[in-house]
Amino acid sequence: MELWLVVVISALFVLSFYLLLQRSISRILLGLLVLSNAANLLIFTVPGLKRGISPIIKGDSLAGMPHADPLPQALILTAIVISMGVLAFALALSMKLKKWLQIEDVNEMVEE
Amino acid sequence: MRELIVVSGPLLALLTAIACLFFWNSPRIQRYLNLLGGLAHLTASSFLFVKVLNLGPQVLKMGGWTAPYGIVYVADLTSSILLMVTGLLATVIALYNFGGGIDEARERFGFHALSQFLIFGVSGAFVTGDIFNLYVCFEILLMSSFVLMVLGNTKEQLVGAFKYIVINLLSSTFFLVSIGMLYAQVGTLDFADLSVKLSTFSELPVSLQIISHLLFIAFGIKAGLFPLFFWLPASYHNPPIPASALFAGLLTKVGLYSLIRLYTFLFPHQGTGTFEWMWWISVATMVIGVIGAVSKMHIRRILSVHIISQVGYVTLALSLMTPIALAAALYYMIHNMLAKTSLFLISGIVENSNGTDYLKRTGGLFSSKIWLSVLFLVSALGLAGLPPLSGFFAKLFVVKAAADVGSYGSILVVLGVSVFTLFSMLKIWNEAFWKAPPVGAEFHPDQSFCGKFYSPQMISIFILSSGVLLMGVFAGPIFDVLTTAAQGMLDPTLYVEAVLGIGGS
Repeated sequence: MELWLVVVISALFVLSFYLLLQRSISRILLGLLVLSNAANLLIFTVPGLKRGISPIIKGDSLAGMPHADPLPQALILTAIVISMGVLAFALALSMKLKKWLQIEDVNEMVEE
Repeated sequence: MRELIVVSGPLLALLTAIACLFFWNSPRIQRYLNLLGGLAHLTASSFLFVKVLNLGPQVLKMGGWTAPYGIVYVADLTSSILLMVTGLLATVIALYNFGGGIDEARERFGFHALSQFLIFGVSGAFVTGDIFNLYVCFEILLMSSFVLMVLGNTKEQLVGAFKYIVINLLSSTFFLVSIGMLYAQVGTLDFADLSVKLSTFSELPVSLQIISHLLFIAFGIKAGLFPLFFWLPASYHNPPIPASALFAGLLTKVGLYSLIRLYTFLFPHQGTGTFEWMWWISVATMVIGVIGAVSKMHIRRILSVHIISQVGYVTLALSLMTPIALAAALYYMIHNMLAKTSLFLISGIVENSNGTDYLKRTGGLFSSKIWLSVLFLVSALGLAGLPPLSGFFAKLFVVKAAADVGSYGSILVVLGVSVFTLFSMLKIWNEAFWKAPPVGAEFHPDQSFCGKFYSPQMISIFILSSGVLLMGVFAGPIFDVLTTAAQGMLDPTLYVEAVLGIGGS
């Protein structure tokens, strides 16, 4: 399972870097989207995946039982919210670039 | 309750920002709130500094959870000093906004609230004791800087902001990925706990080395180090002056602060190879930054590109890794925060009196604004490093630290780059202040904004320039405090004891 996730994560990173290196603004945005998801998936995977019970303590129910590590999930939750906000902003910005300034390609961004 | 003083800086900034949001329709009140917030920040962090100086690092355990499990905020000497400078800059820039320093259209769209959110992020990054919260604070300050950068919707701003956002998101992702891997390897995210656990390695395993390099790239992008700085000259000169000044004074410095924490707390045993690399990168940053600055013809562009060169000085000192070098790095950082912000604010007045900051179309300011010229000279020569101003001592300490470890190449680079710094500052002086105004450049500035000695703008510039002068005059005592701060960074025993209790975990 972990091995497969590693393959998926690498594929996502490769895809995102490919998209980030494109000239079209919308592709760069897609690249950022994929990149943030790849990062989240990586945090989810690296501490090791465990099939077990959820880490909620009732009495000593967790004693000796395999349980999932809640911290990476808390980190991902925070990271997802942050990346959503930032990407929404980037999306709005690219809309402005496209509709107001007719810029769709980073080559048009040269300074005078 | 009394531990709350540790987070007083970020908390006050957050409260001010929220208060500003309540007065969305009255920019006047927001302006006063912004100034009040800055003053409160400065006062609280000065108290914190005195407390830390007397009693050692102060810790706030959020919700009472003990350290490696709960979230802690820690103010050691370095954090509290930087917090104090942040408060000073916040106050001074808020003062600059009075009487036309910022246009009302931007004020109406939340400029004051955003700048306080930025201060919130910056101060949070300085006091957090947890690497994930450092990431969160980075995002807070980035998010506010994104909005500040596009506020006003001019073409240059939008285009510059896009480059800025993409590269910064990339760097944040690197940061996030390395946090995830660090947690997987070490099992903790608390600075103190990380420092204890990582110090058990006599030699770093490859996996941790990769993490440290990833973090270096992430912070290097934020700080503007050599191959990673291209976003900075593309974006910093576009936003309005007070926003530019905030960026110039604070943003790259947070990156530098994180780099210092990274190599003192987490990976001091990185091995000489890394520091040698860092030395070369710093030299390239310094040289390319200063040559870029010399080649520009707009004041704000000269100043923005120049930030890069200054960042190089700090990392050069950091790469030497002795207490004196680290103290020199801190001294340089603080000096740079004051001098750079002052110069950016001055460039605002120059721009307003001439209608442009393009050097070929400016001139004659020495005859019309003698006080501004004097203050410019203090800040500019301070930046270039003439005695008795702060830049001279900043460079002297770096040179001394380099001489102590026999790194004569550093001395050569430091002195060579200062000559070019002086040259680029004199270029601004000659073109904007000294030469006669160009023929045909008829521009009638708004005199209420830029003329008088008692205008809020002049007072804020005066405060910063006198800061540059005083840092030079009191270089000895300041450097002593910074040496203590540097020792606290290099040997985090006190910090660890404060966070985890005596003897570590």
